[in-house]
Amino acid sequence: MIHPSKSPIVLVAARTMAPAIQVMAFYVIIHGHYSPGGGFQGGVLLAASLLLLRLALGDRVGRQQVTTGKATLWSAAGALAFAGLGALALAGSGNFLDYAAISWLGAEPAAARYYGMLIVEVAVGVAVAGALVSIYDDLLLGSTREDRGGS
Amino acid sequence: MRLVAEILLLAFLVIAAASSLAFRSLLAAAATFTIYSFVLALLFASMGAVDVGFTEAVVGAGVVGILLIATLHQTSRKSRS
Repeated sequence: MIHPSKSPIVLVAARTMAPAIQVMAFYVIIHGHYSPGGGFQGGVLLAASLLLLRLALGDRVGRQQVTTGKATLWSAAGALAFAGLGALALAGSGNFLDYAAISWLGAEPAAARYYGMLIVEVAVGVAVAGALVSIYDDLLLGSTREDRGGS
Repeated sequence: MRLVAEILLLAFLVIAAASSLAFRSLLAAAATFTIYSFVLALLFASMGAVDVGFTEAVVGAGVVGILLIATLHQTSRKSRS
């Protein structure tokens, strides 16, 4: 079990830095078309901010908002959204992940590809963030007494 | 000027890698490994591969360091070999 840090400097620094890292993560995910970055890097940044909170504030406080179940759900939902958008393009008689074949994304192919890429970036980011957080939780799975007791 | 900077970065990369292997304390080894990743990210960025450097900085210096420290929490702090 990870205990909360005893140093107030660590606590305040972690609480202050985590929202800034999350804003940076959203920026990297959404501007993935134009600049270096994208879904994977932004998702890793998002996971890093959540893991920073978990490492600094301890298990009880750090896992309050994003629980292990929620993280697993995020990774599954992101992968499902990615594959589902590709399958929707297949259903619209296009190739896999050919966003121009999805009619509700936009009339022009360029606009449809723009929004399709944005949706896929967000899906990849959510999937990567959830997967990394649940990997961290699985690494620490045996370390609490409640885990060993099977509750 | 740029060549000097790259040579300095490469020397620092080798020092960080060697010290990460040489340290007996596993916490110090994990810390120097993140330093290695960050210097490698700077080298990638200086070679013009900004996307690769960004990925290396985020994954290598961020999440892998956290995962190594979380793994250290489950084992002992010292290497026996």
